[in-house]
Amino acid sequence: MRYAETGFNLEIDLSRGNIEREATDAKLTELHLGGLGTNAKILWDRVPPEVEPFSPDNLLIFGTGLLTGTPAPGANRTIISTISPQTGLMAYSMMGGFFAPELKYAGYDKIVFRGKSPSLVYIWINNDKVEIRDASHLRGKGAIETAELIKKELKEPNAQVAAIGLAGENRVYTASIEQGRSSCSRLGVGAVMGDKGIKAVVVRGTKDVNLARPAEFLGLCNDVLKYIQLRNDNPVPGVMTILQGLGSPQEMLHVDEKWHTENFSWGNARTRRKEFWNKEIEDRWKSVQEQARTRLVSCYNCPMKCGAIISLPGITTYMMKCFSKLTYTMAAFVDDLDFGFRIAQRATEYGVDGFSTPQIMAFAFELKEAGILTEQDFEGCPTDNEGKFYWMLDKIVRREGIGNILADGVYAAARKIGKGAEAFDHNTIKKHEQLPLKLGMLNPVYFLMYATGEKINITQIEGQFPQSPFPTMEERENFVKDWIQVPDEKFKKYLLDWEVRGDHSNPTYPTAEISAEIVDWQEKMHYIDDALGVCAGLSSFPLKPPYHIHNYPHIISSAAGIEMDETKLTQIYNRNRNLIRAINVRRGLRRADEKPPEDHWRKRFPELEEKLLDNYYKFKGWNNQGIPTKKSLQDLDLASVAEDLEQRGIINNG
Amino acid sequence: MAKVKKKIKVIKIDVDKCNGCRACEVICSAFHANPKYSSNNPARSRIRMVRDPIRDVYLPVYAGEYTKAECAGRDKYVLDGKEYTECDFCRASCPSRDFFKEPDSGLPIKCDMCEDNEPGEKPLCVQWCLNNALTLEEREEEVEEEEKPGDVETGLESMIDKYGLDKVKDTVARLAQK
Repeated sequence: MRYAETGFNLEIDLSRGNIEREATDAKLTELHLGGLGTNAKILWDRVPPEVEPFSPDNLLIFGTGLLTGTPAPGANRTIISTISPQTGLMAYSMMGGFFAPELKYAGYDKIVFRGKSPSLVYIWINNDKVEIRDASHLRGKGAIETAELIKKELKEPNAQVAAIGLAGENRVYTASIEQGRSSCSRLGVGAVMGDKGIKAVVVRGTKDVNLARPAEFLGLCNDVLKYIQLRNDNPVPGVMTILQGLGSPQEMLHVDEKWHTENFSWGNARTRRKEFWNKEIEDRWKSVQEQARTRLVSCYNCPMKCGAIISLPGITTYMMKCFSKLTYTMAAFVDDLDFGFRIAQRATEYGVDGFSTPQIMAFAFELKEAGILTEQDFEGCPTDNEGKFYWMLDKIVRREGIGNILADGVYAAARKIGKGAEAFDHNTIKKHEQLPLKLGMLNPVYFLMYATGEKINITQIEGQFPQSPFPTMEERENFVKDWIQVPDEKFKKYLLDWEVRGDHSNPTYPTAEISAEIVDWQEKMHYIDDALGVCAGLSSFPLKPPYHIHNYPHIISSAAGIEMDETKLTQIYNRNRNLIRAINVRRGLRRADEKPPEDHWRKRFPELEEKLLDNYYKFKGWNNQGIPTKKSLQDLDLASVAEDLEQRGIINNG
Repeated sequence: MAKVKKKIKVIKIDVDKCNGCRACEVICSAFHANPKYSSNNPARSRIRMVRDPIRDVYLPVYAGEYTKAECAGRDKYVLDGKEYTECDFCRASCPSRDFFKEPDSGLPIKCDMCEDNEPGEKPLCVQWCLNNALTLEEREEEVEEEEKPGDVETGLESMIDKYGLDKVKDTVARLAQK
């Protein structure tokens, strides 16, 4: 018997309308765990670099994590992987919510889509019965609207639905896959779903998920819950409010936005408004948020409340999480949060990424102001800041006029528009829009994470280690005294030694060697979470989380019945990390691409940055181009990967 | 029947505190698995979330008595502007719906307040509800002494309702000889 996982994938060929239930190899679980790890294995094996994102041969994989659907708190993530139309590299976007556990209960670990449907369809998975159904009546419908219509049509109120909106249907590069409370938004996974002709994936499952050593596993889950309670009662002192607790940043709970509105940039990641937050704004924003927020809600089997139900007069109710309330508001230079909640509703129904899309729009209006785009491109566009953004959102999602060019994202649009537009593309890494955050002094750890992260999204690479040093030794000592999550005691010393000023401060401390170790720890926890399907909000993202490298081996082993210890788990992380790197280097990723935006920090240190990268690559067992060496791949049981890269001339001389 | 003093366990359900995570369903189904915790499956849970996020409907309901006949309850309730059916509030394992039945056998299930647990331990759904939407209250009451049917009895009763007494008797007799 397989434990924690079902041992079966659904293989759906949309071109031929063929559906197969395929047994999976248990050995792959031991090598890659599941989730992101086994998704990457499938992409490596079956999607060669010649395959374009919108080719029928590209795969779209809906994966569950190894622990998803077990009683492990927060193990609810769906990991969607494909080749990104925006970057041409591997995309992995993840969501919480309720979809992945339901898929496990229906009896599957993954759905692997290939081919393209000749007409718009939805997939209905009801335990063993799987159908491809006509979705022509759902064309153009909103993502949430679609979910509601399908549940009604099937008379299945408990089915879980992941759907695209108009943006996905039109292959907008920032199209998301929406699932009520959650979404897979980054890197254009919704565009690939639309390209394949899938409007929605619907699942209902009523089968068991089995556990290998039940009593031991439940004991560990109870410990996790107790630790969550402890952390909820004891916020970390000395860091800003949204980083004090567990979960994703508690943006739906907190109304004080002084920090974000004054430190993040407005418009096209350009303008700091240092005196923005005042009493009048505070009162207004507080009342808007409290009226809009009907209830704080969570994902499957998680006590945190990172999301909210948003109900405002005149718009359909929807759910929101994290930072999206501010992204449109700030990109559009609108001083009223009410706008943020309203436009996000439309954006959710259209199904677009709330990080990238507002930046693309702000970029367009900057180009207009600079005279690079003309009045003609904006014919019919209102002049007020709010109206402008609604108008532009429609144009992009419908791919009309200038919207058709912008729908490919800032990087591609800048190059298509030309006439100097490239200079306005100042906030992308590897062709992908980044947080609108511009800072003063280079932080070496963040430099490495921004530069080398395969996710190309800092929030899903960072975590564990504080973002900046504590000013006093007393605070540092206080922080490290119950820091049980460190993989090694030396990390406590690194934090104790880290000063705000002087020899032991940014950018030269943490040193290149120490920075690589700190990045490695942070990445490790994310890669493990993404393979297990555990939310980063309870593990790799916040400070002092309930899951860590010391309890994970026991949790994995008692759930899945595979032998596990910290060394073996670290080896699996390295294997998955290197496999994804191999997929991307096979698609052309090189050192020259590993660059944070030039203006991300005001103070830059070119020599130091080269040294940081050199050292990080060496630490990883990669050559100076960021390509894994033959030996390091062989050591990770990836000899066949090394052979492939060798045959392609990407690896030579080991 | 004689009156006896009895400690009554009551679960207080505060729907305003519910965050809709369904941890109660997860841990209930795991606790009642055989062997204990060996599997989990919300479809087997003895508590179910009536859940419709877009309409802000979050209603945990516990499985109660088995009933062989469907009732005539077709009324609707509107509470705080949210519409519920009479059925939503009902605890019965009844023939008109799939709730509160084992998904494979169709046998009725019922909340037993985790009576197999260590003495003094709260029901698992309460323990796992960190948001305190489910809390345990205990009070003493004078109640009529009555014999409660056990799981096997309730299960057999539902089989008899479905297949008739003779068929069940024959089957039990045949199985007993094996």
